Order: sequence, then C-alpha cells, then structure tokens
Amino acid sequence: MPAGTPSPHPDPSVPDFDRPLVEVDHLTIHFPVGRSRLLGRQQQVVHAVEDVSFSINRGETLGLAGESGSGKTTTGRAILRRIDPKRGTIRFRGRDITQSSGQALRHLRRHMQLVFQDPYASLNPRMNVLDLVAEPLIVHGIYNSTDDAREYVLELLEQCGLSADTADRFPHAFSGGQRQRIGIARAIGLRPEFIVADEPVSALDVSIRAQVVNLLQDLQDELGITYLFIAHDLSVVRHISNRVAIMYAGQIVEIADRDTIYERPLHPYTEALLSSIPVPNPQLQRDRRRIVLSGEIPDTLEPPSGCRFASRCPLVEERCHVEMPSLSPRSETHDAACWVR
Amino acid sequence: MADRLLEVDGLQVRFFTRRGVVHAVRDVSFGIERDETVGLVGESGSGKSVTSQAIMGLVEFPGSITAGDVRWKGQSLVHGPTAAADIKRIRGNEVSMVFQDPMTSLNPVFTIGSQLTEVTRRHLGYSKMQARERALELLDLVDMSNPRQRFKQFPGELSGGMRQRVLIAMALSCEPELLIADEPTTALDVTIQAQILELLAELQEDLGLSVLLITHDLGVVAGTCDRVCVMYGGRLAEVGPIDDVFETPTHPYSRGLLNSTPRIDEVTSRLVSIDGAPPDLVAPPIGCPFAARCEACSDRCISEMPELATIEKGRDVACWHPFTAS
Amino acid sequence: MTLGRNDEGVDLHDVNSLSGDEQTLAGISRHGRTRTAKAKELLVELWHDRAGFIGVCFLSMLVITAVFAPLVAPHNPRQQDLVNRLQPPVWSDGGDWSFPLGTDGLGRDVLSRLIFGSRVSIFVGLAVLAIAGLVGVILGVLAGYRGGFTDRFIMRLVDTQVAFPGLLIAILLAAMIGPSVRTVVIVLSINGWMIYARMARGVVLSVKETDYVEAAEIIGCKPNRVMWRHIFPNLAAPLTTLAVLEFARIVLAEAALSFLGVGVKRTDLSWGLDVASGQEQIFNSWWLVVMPGVLISLTVLSVSLVASWLRVVADPQEREKKYGATQIRRHIKDNG
Repeated sequence: MPAGTPSPHPDPSVPDFDRPLVEVDHLTIHFPVGRSRLLGRQQQVVHAVEDVSFSINRGETLGLAGESGSGKTTTGRAILRRIDPKRGTIRFRGRDITQSSGQALRHLRRHMQLVFQDPYASLNPRMNVLDLVAEPLIVHGIYNSTDDAREYVLELLEQCGLSADTADRFPHAFSGGQRQRIGIARAIGLRPEFIVADEPVSALDVSIRAQVVNLLQDLQDELGITYLFIAHDLSVVRHISNRVAIMYAGQIVEIADRDTIYERPLHPYTEALLSSIPVPNPQLQRDRRRIVLSGEIPDTLEPPSGCRFASRCPLVEERCHVEMPSLSPRSETHDAACWVR
Repeated sequence: MADRLLEVDGLQVRFFTRRGVVHAVRDVSFGIERDETVGLVGESGSGKSVTSQAIMGLVEFPGSITAGDVRWKGQSLVHGPTAAADIKRIRGNEVSMVFQDPMTSLNPVFTIGSQLTEVTRRHLGYSKMQARERALELLDLVDMSNPRQRFKQFPGELSGGMRQRVLIAMALSCEPELLIADEPTTALDVTIQAQILELLAELQEDLGLSVLLITHDLGVVAGTCDRVCVMYGGRLAEVGPIDDVFETPTHPYSRGLLNSTPRIDEVTSRLVSIDGAPPDLVAPPIGCPFAARCEACSDRCISEMPELATIEKGRDVACWHPFTAS
Repeated sequence: MTLGRNDEGVDLHDVNSLSGDEQTLAGISRHGRTRTAKAKELLVELWHDRAGFIGVCFLSMLVITAVFAPLVAPHNPRQQDLVNRLQPPVWSDGGDWSFPLGTDGLGRDVLSRLIFGSRVSIFVGLAVLAIAGLVGVILGVLAGYRGGFTDRFIMRLVDTQVAFPGLLIAILLAAMIGPSVRTVVIVLSINGWMIYARMARGVVLSVKETDYVEAAEIIGCKPNRVMWRHIFPNLAAPLTTLAVLEFARIVLAEAALSFLGVGVKRTDLSWGLDVASGQEQIFNSWWLVVMPGVLISLTVLSVSLVASWLRVVADPQEREKKYGATQIRRHIKDNG
C-alpha cells in the first residue's frame, strides 16, 4: 500500500482513540413536502428522524434495524452528510461535522464510505471494474491514473474474492453478489475507518447473502473497519452486529448489545418485530407465539403526540398517548423508550 | 388424480433473445390438489416465476411454452383449439393471481372501487350495484379498515400492506379455487408480511382455497405451506411435505439453502454459504444444474441429468446422490 | 467463483422477473465488445432495416454530391443560357440529356442548382446543430445538475424563448443585417437551442437520482467530475436521435425562410429560393417547383428513416423485440 493512505488499524497514539468513532446527538431530520406555503401558513414536513442519539465505538458493528418509515436509511445518510439535519450534532473522531461541506467534506470522505443496497444501480454501467474501483483513489490523489492504480486495485479485488480478470470487464457481466463485491472493493480502497452498509444484502439471493456477510466480517477483522449495518432483516443483523438499535417511526425505541435484544427484548415493538420474522422450521412456526400487530405506522406528516407506537401497541396505557417516552437506561448496555416496560 | 385441480406436466418454457435461447423452465411436473397450499421455492433464475406465469398463460414476449402441458381440472390450457379462450375464461375467475409489487399492480388513475368491481362485472356479468356490494364484502373479508371510505380512494392513498389486501380481494372476487401468489409479501415490511400471511391462512381455511405460493423466503414457506417444491436451474430439485423437506432435506441444494439461511433464533459465528452462482440458462449444463456447486458431485452428475424420482411416499428428489437419513 | 458467466441475478422487487433479465442480456451485446465488433454489428443491423438503410444511402449520396459539387454538376449553376430557357426535364417532350432536370427562366440548369443548393442546406443544418446543440446541452446540464436558482433561471429563459415567434425574429434580423447564410444560421440557432436544453435537463434530472451518481459524490468526486464523467455520457443516445431529427427540421426551415425571402440572399443558391422563383411559372414549367420540392421531401424523409432506425438501435429492449419476433415465428414454423 502506498504512503499516504491511512493506516488500517486504529493508532493508539492518536489522542481521540478512546472516544467513540461516531457520536450522534439529538439528530432530527425533517423533509419539506409539497410547495412552500404562503406567508403565515406552515410548511408541511415529513418527520423522518426525531431526536435520535447513539454512538459507535471503533471496530464494532452497530446494527440499525427497522421497517420502512423507521428513518434508518435517512440516519445513515445524515451521518455521511448527504442530508442536512434540522437539529442535532454528528461527531466523527471527536470532531463536529454537522456543518461540514465543500472541500472539508470531500476530505472527510476518505474516512467514511457507503455500501449500497442495489448492486445493479450503484455501479456506473459505462465504467469497467478497474475504473470503478480506482476512481476514489484518483479523486483523492493517491494515484494519478488508472494504470498506476492497477496493481493496488487487483489487490483489493482479490481481497474481496474477485479474480484479476474482473478488472477489465463491465458490471453487467457479473451477478448481483459479484457486483456487490465490486462495490465493497471500491469502498475499502481508501481504507476508510467507517463504513455505512445500507441494506447490503437485501437485494441478493439467500445463498449469496451469506458470502457477502462473511466478506464484510473478514474485512472488519483484517482492516479494523467500524460498521453501521442498516437492515430490515433481523436475522442477518444478528450475525454481524455487536450492538443493535431498533428504530420505529423515526425514533430509536431500544438499543442494547446483540444477545440482549434477541433474547431479552424490552420494548413491545422489538418483541413484535422479532416474533413476526418467520423461521424456516415448520414445527416451530406452528408452535410459536406470534404477536401480529394491527394497523400501520403513524402518519409522518403529523405524528401523534406521545409514543409513536401507541396506536399499535398491545400494552398501551393512557400515559402512552399523552407523553413521549425517551430512551432510558435499563442496564449498563441496554436502553429502551417505554412507559409500560 | 381425479381430484387434482392443477396439473403441470413436463412444462418447458424458452425465451428467444438475441444473446441466445434462455431455457427458463426445463421439464417441470407437479400437481396441486384441492384445499392445499403448495410452496414453489427457488432463488432468482430458478424459473419459479416463469412457471407461475406459464400456468396463467402470461408468459411475456419473447418467451413461449415450447413443450409440455398445463391442465386445469383435466382440461389443457396450452394445446387444443379452445385453449386460448379457456385461459381467458378461467383467469381471474377460477384461478387468480396476486403479484409481488402492490405499488405497480394497481392502476393509479382509477379508484380502488372501480378496479375491484371490474373483475366481477367482466367475469360474472354483475351489475354496478351487485359488483359494489360484492366489493365491499371482499374488503371486509380481507380485514380492510373503513371499506366504504377505501372504496372511493386511489391506490396512491393506501400503504403497501393495504394495497396488497386490495389485490387479494380482487383475486378472490369470483371465488376462485386456486390462488397463485407470486412473492406476495417480498416488497412488504416484516410486520405487515405477518399480517398478510395470517390473512392468507385464514382465507385458505374459510374458503377452502388452494394456494400456490411462490417465494424465495424459506421462513414464509415453513409457516404457510403443506407441501413444497424446490426449484433450481429451471428444474425441480425436491418435492415433498413441508415437515419432511425441512427436517430432512435430501437434495444437496435444499440442504445448502437451509444451512445458509440466517435465523433469528440461532447464532453461528460464521454463516455457511453455497459457493458459486446459478448456471447460465442460455447454455444449460447437460447434467444436473447444481453439479458445479455441489459437494457430492460425481462424474455421473455432470454427464447425466437426474430425473425426479420417488424416494418415499409423497417425496420426490432429482439427484444421483441424495442425502438419506443416517 | 464462476466468473465469466453471464448475468442471471434479478432485482427481487421486479414484478416481471424476466424483464430484468432481458434488459441485462440485451445490454451485453452493446457494451464490453471491441469497437470493430460493435461497428460491424451496427452495419449488419442497418442492412436488415431496409428503410434505415435506404435513408443512410440517400443521405450519404447527398453529402458526397454536396462536397464534390463542382465535379458532379454538369453545368455552372449561375450560367444563364437564354436560348434554352424553360426547357422541360429529359423525359418530357422537348427535353434532352444536356439539361436532365430542365432549365429555369434564365436558362440555368436545374440539376446543377439543386446540387449546389444542397451545400447550403447541409452547411446550415450542421452549423445550427453545432451551435444550438452546444449551447442548449450546456445550459440544460447546468440547470439539471445545479438545480435551485440556476435551474429556474435557465428554464424561464427557455420558456420565454419558446413563446417568442421565430418568424418574427427571422424577419427582424433579415431587415437589420440583410438576408444571408449567416443570418439563417443565427436565426435558426436562436430558435433551436431550447429543445436541447429541455432534453438534457430531463436526462440529468433522472440520472442524478441513480445510485452510481450518489456513489460518485460519496467517493468525493467534485461536482464537475460528477457532471461530465457520470451524468453526461447518458446524453449521447438521446442527443444523437434528437440531432438527427433536428437536422431535418432545419433543412426544411431554411428552405421555408429562403422561400419567404428572409433566408439566404436572393443571389445565393438554395432549394427554398428555387421554389420561390419557380412559383410564378408553376403551371407551365412545373419542374421548377417540383424538383426542389421533391428533393427537400426526400431529404427530410431519409433523415426520419435514419432517426427511426437509430431509436431502435439505441434502445436494447426495442432491439430485443425485433429479434424475438422473427425467432418465435421461425420456431413455431419449424416445430409445427
């Protein structure tokens, strides 16, 4: 690896080594909807993310799970500064990056990258694999041309389980799983410290998902990458995460280390979510106690006051409709936002 | 065989593209009885969706059924002078389909009501009043809140789960005997999926419906089906009762698939995967389609195509070296 | 790892699981091959589309005669020969091969005038394409990519220009700086850039939302690199088709303006001018109007045929449909 690329392993001599790598505080994101109103009337907004706080430590994988409308994808994009938050701060390596833009933001991009959900749309069909994987290296001045970068690119491809003859071919010649590997090779070229993996295996076949998840884990072991693993499939999240945060309607309802969430969930939504997920065991499916929720997620244009899960919660009480519960610590590693439990 | 509703016999579907002829479905045979739910499981490229389209005569250009037969209550829907007319009569009426993506399956410029009533007016000749009554009945049947209000709304005003309920209601309007559901919950959230699957189970029981459920999700199959057909590379790999196939899978692909499915109730440090990728159906291998990825592969597997053979009552597998309980 | 196999994977959220396959399969034949293989394939396809082939042949012939006009034309187009004035074409009574398409009121050879007139048409066509195309595409890409105020401003410009009557500009300009080839080019460019801007903006807006453009931004590409390296190449296909159609329109427009007297100079050579000067004798000497008219029509027709062929070639799904139709017919015929 040429000089100038950041070291793959966290350097204990760096002063911010002990801090969490990523800190998110009271993040709130609203999207304006429709035309801007005339004076005196409020602009309608979608309350995509509301008062979300969490942190991610170096070298760990935080699973961010939830269904559609939970705000998990928006949160991931906000950390990467693709979206401007309405309120809240984002810290990366201890530094406040909430207002970063322009050149400063481009420098930041060396340290945080994204793996996309759709392997078919995330690779420019007109560029061959060499160009695609070399682009970040050229943009950040590590190499001057794709020819210079070729050797390093081949190393990256090999690290991701792709042979050398992949480099001169075009994305359409590859299957979904292979394209996702190409996307991962592109993401790790700069040796970023932090990668947001946004549903990286949802669009892949079941037998291929395992290959890609294993690859991500191997890369974490080799390169010390910190992951924010966004997914709706809790089975996959279980395998790769150290800690898991469950989101519902724009808020974090529960966050804990992996085994606690799956074995001792507190929040009624987490319970319902876990029980909805079908298990490939017919006997177990028949015998399982399943909580089937009624209704849909609340209106994001005018969210209810009080707990957003109240309208569907099997344990709902009076207080839930009136006052919004905040995330409170239930044990050293377990926070939940619920009045009843 | 007298009670068999649907019989698929040696079905072969090919697509004529510029790159070559895609052998999407190669010699598939299975049947569906009354009052049973059959799962058709496979990954992308297995041919499961094309099979369901072929049953309904919906294979898109440039594909066509090149061999084999599909029989509904003994009558062929592929061959014979009345086949085309029969399909039109049966489709939506005795056999109906629910598709994967509720977002695009409903016409956005017509109300739910008009789309619901269209089916009964066309197939059963209902008047506007009768059709409306029936539509409201159906919306109730699928547990739709505020049926009268929904009747006047447009698809864009409904959520994914609600739209899928509408599609199920449409599929049931003429009291079909077979419902073909092609990945009906893939595009839905997990909690909504649970609602829809529960609804399908209720409907199946109350209406005595047979269901052909096509999916890639083994968990969904485990929870809803009586029998399962596993497809790979355009052919059937294994067929059998749900408990048997899941507990003691005999085809190496079924085993591999079950092993590589991450589960919510188990933790393993490393997921098991199946190496390689599905075969190219433009030049399909002569022998077993799974040979290139199979651990138990032998010379015979590469040169000779295994046919679906019965290993015990109700269980068929297409493999030269099936796993047997040991 | 089975590399080298062609794509089977499909977006699980596709309703018709095979249309994803079809598209990918067809796409393979366009990318990833060497240039000569692609060119050969294109020529073969052209041969199969008879209409497109005829169009290309005619246009090629037109361009060649225009370029080699002095060698090809039998006479000097400006040479008057009053003895042989108003001679009909060779196939009518009184015509002969020295003036194959007849002569006009001043005895000038019609064929030679048409050949030299094509130079003007082609020159104007290409010049306007270049100017209007360049300006329109640049403004469209800027508007689409930057959005916000830039977008609104440029689009207002487009709307205003579109609403302004083009003929009025032509007359005004002709009155101010006199009719000439330069005037025609300026007028048609002013009237013609908006369509490129709208098209380019539309393409940019849709491509901007794709994942690979977002990927380029997340990698750290500067806006210029994203615009020109990732977004711009998507314009090639629609731009080509649009340019070809516009060429036809410009040829027609130049003829019309010249006919009205606000195009090229009265002493220049242009098909439109020929029609104008011939209209007085339309009943006695029909060939003076019909010959240039037919040539204009043939040119526009050829261009449309080529554009139609290009549209099919540029769209993988259209190509598949054509191919699939013949194959299925053949298969059914073979198998009974």
